[in-house]
Amino acid sequence: MTHATDIEARGGDAEFKDYFELLKPRVMSLVIFTALVGLLVAPVGVHPVIAFASILCIAVGAGASGALNMWWDADIDVKMARTRNRPVPSGRVTADEALAVGLGLSILSVAMLGLFANWLSAGILAFTIFFYAVIYSMWLKRSTPQNIVIGGAAGAFPPMLGWAVATGGVSVEAVLMFAVIFLWTPPHFWALALYRNGDYERAEVPMMTVVAGPVATRRQVFWYSLALAAVAIAPAFTSIGGLVYLVVAGALSAEFVRLAWIVGFRAETAAEADGHKVEKRLFNFSILYLFLIFLALAVEAGLRAADLSVGLVGGLV
Amino acid sequence: MIGREEHDLHRRRRGRNYALLAVLAGFVALLFTVTIAKLGANVIKPEMEWEVTE
Repeated sequence: MTHATDIEARGGDAEFKDYFELLKPRVMSLVIFTALVGLLVAPVGVHPVIAFASILCIAVGAGASGALNMWWDADIDVKMARTRNRPVPSGRVTADEALAVGLGLSILSVAMLGLFANWLSAGILAFTIFFYAVIYSMWLKRSTPQNIVIGGAAGAFPPMLGWAVATGGVSVEAVLMFAVIFLWTPPHFWALALYRNGDYERAEVPMMTVVAGPVATRRQVFWYSLALAAVAIAPAFTSIGGLVYLVVAGALSAEFVRLAWIVGFRAETAAEADGHKVEKRLFNFSILYLFLIFLALAVEAGLRAADLSVGLVGGLV
Repeated sequence: MIGREEHDLHRRRRGRNYALLAVLAGFVALLFTVTIAKLGANVIKPEMEWEVTE
């Protein structure tokens, strides 16, 4: 045995990008964006350096929970086409390493956020990591079809975190931003699950589509979309909204509900006939929807800074 | 000369070490910058504070 093969036998000699992949960079980008918007729309200004450092901590904390998720879920990730090439199921990184990276970065990100910003935001970040890694990954994901409904809360915390970094508190605006992502998650994931059903069935993950069937899931997609539309329009009438946001959120929500209506009430045979075309459209549109909703909030913040916002609560805000 | 042959593993390990070095250097720079930013408001120009209070 040569020296090289000796090293190989011990395993765990992954490249840096494999460890970086443990942090789910694509999910992290959404976390960074929504946390940044939460911070920007807050009525209190933050020093740019503190803002940058805090957003970095939130991103690393979200990444850490992703690593913990990959450590715990390696056995089911290997069964699904979408997740088979993740670092742990593909064997590039060992499960122990994923656990170490996840725990280490969790502690570091929470402690640093507390020191950089305030301990309320650090507490929310710690709770978010705990919620995603323990409540969602270890408990709900494999035990209830409501898994992603409740698990979606973990993804909904970042704008609230950004707001807490700036203000040191939580208010109705922060709760509404949380509620938008929370109610957006079920129709977003179930639209995907409707045409990726086989994956979850193989992995024995009790997704709504597997347990309750596609018809019940379709109805739920529609009802959640209605609730989402109502909640997404509500921020227009708070201190972070305005006329521009109302128009954008109204138009986007109308399109979301229209697609969800088609998905929600059409027969499975019709969906199979056109290769789940509308379901795919709803899934893709949902990503654009969330991005534009938060972008509109950021635009409102910019307009307010330039005294151009047309507020809907007591005239010019 | 066991252990001296160049192997893909050595390349990967070297790349990983350099990347980790960059991350650590970035972390140090971040701590330094945040410290300056946090101190800045209170320490950099104390005479201005005096002018305000007097």
